[in-house]
Amino acid sequence: MARISLEHIRHAYSDKAKAAGDYALKEVHHEWEDGGAYALLGPSGCGKTTLLNIISGLLQPSDGRILFDGKDVTQLSTEERNIAQVFQFPVVYDTMTVFDNLAFPLRNRKVPEAEVEKRVNEILEMTDLAGMAKRRAQRLTADQKQKISLGRGLVRANVNAILFDEPLTVIDPHMKWVLRSQLKRLHRQSRFTMVYVTHDQTEALTFADKVVVMHDGQIVQIGTPAELFERPSHTFVGYFIGSPGMNLMPASIDGASARVGDQTISLSGAPAVKAGGRIELGIRPEFVRLGREGMPVTITKVEDIGRQKIVRATFCGQPLAIVLAEDDEIPTDAKVSFEKSAIGIFVDSWRAKTETARQEG
Amino acid sequence: MNNRPVNNSSGSRLGFLIPVVYILFLALPIYWLVNMSFKTNGEILGPLTLWPTNPTFRNYMVIFTDPSWYNGYINSIIYVVMNTVISVSAALPAAYAFSRYRFLGDKHLFFWLLTNRMAPPAVFALPFFQLYSAFGLIDTHIAVAIAHCLFNVPLAVWILEGFMSGVPKEIDETAYIDGYSFPRFFVKIFMPLIASGIGVAAFFCFMFSWVELLIARTLTTTDAKPIAATMTRTVSASGMDWGVLAAAGVLTIIPGALVIYFVRNYIAKGFALGRV
Amino acid sequence: MEKTWNNKAWFLVLPVLVLVAFSAVIPLMTVVNYSVQDTFGNNEFFWAGTDWFTQTLTSPRFWDALWRNLVFSAVILAIEVPLGILIALNMPKHGIGVPLCLVLMALPLLIPWNVVGTIWQVFGRVDIGLLGYVLNSLGVHYNYTQDPTAAWATVIVMDVWHWTSLVVLLCYAGLVSIPDAYYQAARIDGASRFSVFRYIQLPKMKRVLLIAVLLRFMDSFMIYTEPFVVTGGGPGSSTTFLSIDLVKMAVGQFDLGPAAAMSIIYFLIILLLSWVFYTVMTQSDAEQG
Repeated sequence: MARISLEHIRHAYSDKAKAAGDYALKEVHHEWEDGGAYALLGPSGCGKTTLLNIISGLLQPSDGRILFDGKDVTQLSTEERNIAQVFQFPVVYDTMTVFDNLAFPLRNRKVPEAEVEKRVNEILEMTDLAGMAKRRAQRLTADQKQKISLGRGLVRANVNAILFDEPLTVIDPHMKWVLRSQLKRLHRQSRFTMVYVTHDQTEALTFADKVVVMHDGQIVQIGTPAELFERPSHTFVGYFIGSPGMNLMPASIDGASARVGDQTISLSGAPAVKAGGRIELGIRPEFVRLGREGMPVTITKVEDIGRQKIVRATFCGQPLAIVLAEDDEIPTDAKVSFEKSAIGIFVDSWRAKTETARQEG
Repeated sequence: MNNRPVNNSSGSRLGFLIPVVYILFLALPIYWLVNMSFKTNGEILGPLTLWPTNPTFRNYMVIFTDPSWYNGYINSIIYVVMNTVISVSAALPAAYAFSRYRFLGDKHLFFWLLTNRMAPPAVFALPFFQLYSAFGLIDTHIAVAIAHCLFNVPLAVWILEGFMSGVPKEIDETAYIDGYSFPRFFVKIFMPLIASGIGVAAFFCFMFSWVELLIARTLTTTDAKPIAATMTRTVSASGMDWGVLAAAGVLTIIPGALVIYFVRNYIAKGFALGRV
Repeated sequence: MEKTWNNKAWFLVLPVLVLVAFSAVIPLMTVVNYSVQDTFGNNEFFWAGTDWFTQTLTSPRFWDALWRNLVFSAVILAIEVPLGILIALNMPKHGIGVPLCLVLMALPLLIPWNVVGTIWQVFGRVDIGLLGYVLNSLGVHYNYTQDPTAAWATVIVMDVWHWTSLVVLLCYAGLVSIPDAYYQAARIDGASRFSVFRYIQLPKMKRVLLIAVLLRFMDSFMIYTEPFVVTGGGPGSSTTFLSIDLVKMAVGQFDLGPAAAMSIIYFLIILLLSWVFYTVMTQSDAEQG
């Protein structure tokens, strides 16, 4: 269990790419607290796995340093870093039994056999594999194999961190939910530092205390699930988290009010906008009110998705999504209003600070 | 540089020496043969020299000017190419049948085909001679080409079946729904998909037909005599003509080397994907 | 893949059947025919029953050749398979080295077999060969035309030279198909170099190794041309393998009946041994799970 600090880490996959400034991972400078449960969230190819492999030591970063509890481990091998990692696709040792698979990381480290027995049995219990401990791993199904992989990641008692690289991709939905809650429980019991890479926002938001959102090789926001939802610091976070994503529309700012098309919307404070930047106004569909008062809007479509309704509308020539509760009425000749505190102003995709409500980001 | 995955898999730092030493071991006898082919017989039989002191092309000139020598090459190449074409074209539909359908006796048939790969040429040499004599095919290229099908057809079926099994069946079904007839589908859609498999199969057919001598020599006398058999001529009344023998040997290595060079990417890929 | 039942598929197999019937079945029938008959020439044949088989199976000459062949196959498998694995493990994984190694290593496979024989015949000669000359000047008494041990060593080294590359190429194919995640997981698990080999590489190479062992066994058991060119089966009959003996009998002495009987026994032995290899090597798969 350790505090992991990444100092000015950058990575390019070849010297040529490096010379061209083509970094798969742009500068990352961040500290992962001891015992935290983090999710690394982002679309495919955003550099999540690169970052994970740099932490585990499978990759050496082109620039920067990694410290575990203040000790520089950049040059240390994976074994020396004492890290566990679970991969996207199941890796099992075909010729070994399930039990031996789980015991493998311990036996390699010369853990006494009694201790091995105890740890492995705990893991077998947890992953529901106890019934097949003596079976050979080769003939198991994909999700049983992945459970073995997960189990091998969890079996060691004193790792600095456990890293998960989209570990539940091949698991069926029901089992996914079960395993995720088990991981969560395990985290609470053991307080391992856990880093969980995924492109699935539900997975990230339910597993992690802190979610790290990555986009195009850089970290765009780190925050609790609520922060990401309420105060996205980058339009990408607004768009990527939430379903449907945040409404964004081009706007201009005049003191403490914004203009979208021919409408003026008052804000809770005056945002700090620099001249020449591309300004957008963002509001989550959940914070758009539909009623008889407010600004004119044309409703084009209503999607009923069970407990909620999504209203697709056009506002000042821009598409606008609105989320309503299932039994909310949609008035004829509806008008919209935006909840003032939920409006965000974005300059060149980054959230602009307002004078009244300051926030980190 | 450190920015690659740190030591991906295997080996110590000196591991690369093993393939290097192995390649040197492979090269040494070939070097000696090439060396000899540029020497005069006098120098060959004299004190050992590591490279020709008086390089001569005489040995090669003998081969290029004497029809009984260079026809050997032409004969070999004719029957090898014929065999490759016959083997691969016969094996294609059969491999498709084995990879896509179950039919009466399919498993036994497949195994029986493979057993032919295990048949020692020495066992077949004599019956072949009698069979082809009966058909008046002795000393023709086609006789050797068909005889080599004995081991090349099973091999080609085996290799191609492996590649074809890797192509999802849905592709066939989609094509039939789109109104393709079987032959048109097979040639236009299916064959391009298994191009590297065909390349690998053709390579192996070429290889085994090119290197085989026992059957080829038994079935030919003069008109279709392969180069490898012609080489036995170098023993004459005046003793062994070592220089010409070496030159002829070097020339038999060249077609193989060219073939490998041209299919090198197929081979790397084919080996990784297919069965062999 | 689920296969559909379709007996029309026989039509697709037909060309192969015709070819193989012509090049395998008819000749094989001829062999069977000869094996049970006797002739005094002039195409007059007499029923000989199992005489030739009895004669072959009781002749020390056959058993000697069979024994030599088995020893030869065992020795070259024991050398070529581990050596091939070792080389494949140390092959470069990417870059220019890959095609370079593949091309250079495949070269011996494409040399006509009698030329392989010629190359080693020349290379090993005491008077004009580099190997023979160097060994003798180092004080090693080496002469493959007189000394059976030297003849055996030459034939074995020649086969290693000729065929190890096949094992290398097959093993290499098996190795490159292992996903990187396996190696990464092994490093995370703290596996030693040997564990990686034992638990990841070897199991993944198993299928291609089976092919390699079968092919090498079959071909070494049928070996004819290369030793024939180098040693002619000698000195004495120390390197007379089954094929060499068979050709001597059939073509040299024109003893068709015994040769045919021997052919059939020979063929059956190869089938039997290949089947044993196949079963043994696939056995461990089936027994558990």
